[in-house]
Amino acid sequence: MNTQDIFDEMWGTSDSLRQPYSDFKTWYDREEPKRLRAKQREAEELFRLTGITFNVYGRAEAEERLIPFDIVPRIISAREWQKLGRGIEQRVRAINAFLHDIYHKQEIVRAGRIPEEMISRNAAFLPHMIGVTPPGGIYTHIVGIDLVRTGDDQFYVLEDNARTPSGVSYMLENRETMLRMFPELFSRNRVQPVQNYPSDLRRSLAACAPPLTGPKPTVAILTPGIFNSAYFEHAFLADQMGVELVEGNDLRVADGRVAMRTTEGYKPIDVLYRRVDDDFLDPLNFNPDSALGVPGIMDVYRAGGITIANAPGTGIADDKAIYSYMPDIVEFYTGERPLLENVPTWRCSEEDSLAYVLDNLADLVVKEVHGSGGYGMLIGPTSSKKELSEFRKKLKARPGNYIAQPTLSLSTVPILGRSGLTPRHVDLRPFVLCSPERVHITPGGLTRVALEKGSLVVNSSQGGGTKDTWVLED
Amino acid sequence: MLGKTANGLFWMYRYLERAENTARLIETGQRIALTRSGSTDDEWRSVMQTAGVDAAFNAHHETLTKDAAIDWMLRSKDNGSSVRSSIEAARLNARMVRTALTHEVWEATNSAYMAARDLLARKVSERDLPGVLGDLRQRSALVRGATHGTMLRNDIYDFARIGTFLERADNTARILDVKYYVLLPSVMSVGSSIDNVQWETILRSVSARGGFRMEYGSQFEPRDIAHFLILDKRMPRSLAFCVSKLRDNLGYLCSNYGSRPQAFAKADHIERKFLSHDIDAIFDYGLHEYLQQILGLLSDLGGQIEIDYRFYK
Repeated sequence: MNTQDIFDEMWGTSDSLRQPYSDFKTWYDREEPKRLRAKQREAEELFRLTGITFNVYGRAEAEERLIPFDIVPRIISAREWQKLGRGIEQRVRAINAFLHDIYHKQEIVRAGRIPEEMISRNAAFLPHMIGVTPPGGIYTHIVGIDLVRTGDDQFYVLEDNARTPSGVSYMLENRETMLRMFPELFSRNRVQPVQNYPSDLRRSLAACAPPLTGPKPTVAILTPGIFNSAYFEHAFLADQMGVELVEGNDLRVADGRVAMRTTEGYKPIDVLYRRVDDDFLDPLNFNPDSALGVPGIMDVYRAGGITIANAPGTGIADDKAIYSYMPDIVEFYTGERPLLENVPTWRCSEEDSLAYVLDNLADLVVKEVHGSGGYGMLIGPTSSKKELSEFRKKLKARPGNYIAQPTLSLSTVPILGRSGLTPRHVDLRPFVLCSPERVHITPGGLTRVALEKGSLVVNSSQGGGTKDTWVLED
Repeated sequence: MLGKTANGLFWMYRYLERAENTARLIETGQRIALTRSGSTDDEWRSVMQTAGVDAAFNAHHETLTKDAAIDWMLRSKDNGSSVRSSIEAARLNARMVRTALTHEVWEATNSAYMAARDLLARKVSERDLPGVLGDLRQRSALVRGATHGTMLRNDIYDFARIGTFLERADNTARILDVKYYVLLPSVMSVGSSIDNVQWETILRSVSARGGFRMEYGSQFEPRDIAHFLILDKRMPRSLAFCVSKLRDNLGYLCSNYGSRPQAFAKADHIERKFLSHDIDAIFDYGLHEYLQQILGLLSDLGGQIEIDYRFYK
């Protein structure tokens, strides 16, 4: 990959300052580098004190770690954002329509746009959901669409997170931290607020309550517990929304309702924002060993006694094999051409594609169909010969388990390094809320940044950091 | 409020109180060891008894030394009631109930935890001990102050207070019980220097030396000491004070929830039956028997609160 091809969001490709960054640049040039580095350390202290940490899996002790935070904001203009917003809304509406369709008539299969076995043999397809329509007809109440940028006007969707997208607490706390540390920056730049997210989320969830609910539905967040990697976020959201944070052992099914154990007895829940995977949701209906879920909750759900957000079985929409069909899905349900592009994707289950992938492995990124968090993937250009040949074996053994994509030259945004601003690759996860009333996109999102020079891996579990993401007012 | 949240608040504040009490016991033990000629490492046995950690110490150690005792009470991970373990447990519970705490309380708790982690990472030398203990006590005072200054006076606050006062009452009763024999009226050793040291130990262990002096002057009388720590409602660590606070907070829960479960009756019973007499009646009854009875009732009350407010089921 040629470095000249890389689009930098501050400097473009030709070292001319892009407009959204002009105020920032003026400010930055007047700052003492020493003071900024001190601010960077101060930010870390703030995060540690607030306890914004995540637990790292695969370590002996459940260690709490900070996600590194970089103080240089990522800045997007109002015009760029509006355009992205339209594309995101279109895509999210299509995903909901797709989910409704595959759990009902499967017209997209009948129309021959998606092979039948992609649905029926998909591990993420949940037979329990066949014929079930969730309250309000919404399947994915909360969606995170992962975007990457490669040029001034070129964005791609990398992934649709339709199960339980995480990271929204970082979006909110990053902004709080910036406001606390650099109030002057916000007086010179008019930045669209993200702080309404928790109340928007609560309103959006309440609007999806079962039909017989009273005017003030009881909402609760279901967490796997204090040792989960995203526990901080669960507690943070419950706190900000003013709702209870429950675990499976706080809940039970009684009289056709799901109820939580309070100091005054059991109290029914109308909407459960669960941060527990489908598999662990209900030991009676799914994984019988699960201690995280609520026995019988699926039966209450199917009878319309509770809203579960996101609905069980939405995972099929963010499956990486289904991803490759997203352009068809958008077109099929909206009747429009997709506004946001997919990254070109080879399905290794198809013989020709597999042959191409095996021949060009060194130039491709290969991902597991069901993987996430950057685990189990191969980045061809940075892999050794040995790694490539080992991966070839895996591909041949289970081709259906993989998809491959070209290595994109992700855009860069500067971070504050030892000798000033220095470019690093980024992605973007905007957060989308769906209710029967509206699709709402919070202006901003989570910018993840690969802190290693040249690295394309932005996952926090693999050494990525985050930035505050600004969408400017018009 | 979730039963789990009530449980977490209760234990968060119990453990904070315990951390502070244990730190104070170490301070007292150290002070006595330094100021009393001819004191032996064996003094630490009674200090550990007071903290209720002596049996576990014996299971982990062959011999008793001052350093081992201090380390056991201060830093040991094998001792669930060491200062470090208590602060960690308080913080773990705080994380669990974070939605019920104000920002200020959470940050004070988290920063106490971070300080403890750093200060207690390695063995604390004799020279550093006073500074470290002082720092830790100050940090727990900060959590208490933030609680007092920023928390709504609702059921969240009630459970926090109930945890605090149950732990504190238990602590004071145990300190008295370990030393009860030096408070018994005896013709033999009245006013001997040994007794004076023991009495001072008791008062220091509950931060009551100044308060006692203010009320009774510098003359230690065992009867006065017992009265002060058991029945004086102005003394914030006396049994009467703690139990009346327990009763008050359980009472607020009753009116808040509109129901009167058994825990309230039990606290009320302890107050009426055991803390409304004069000190002579207690000596007549037998100080040790009396304290044993109180300890049993407090533990029973804790169990009842757990049931009434659905901590576990």
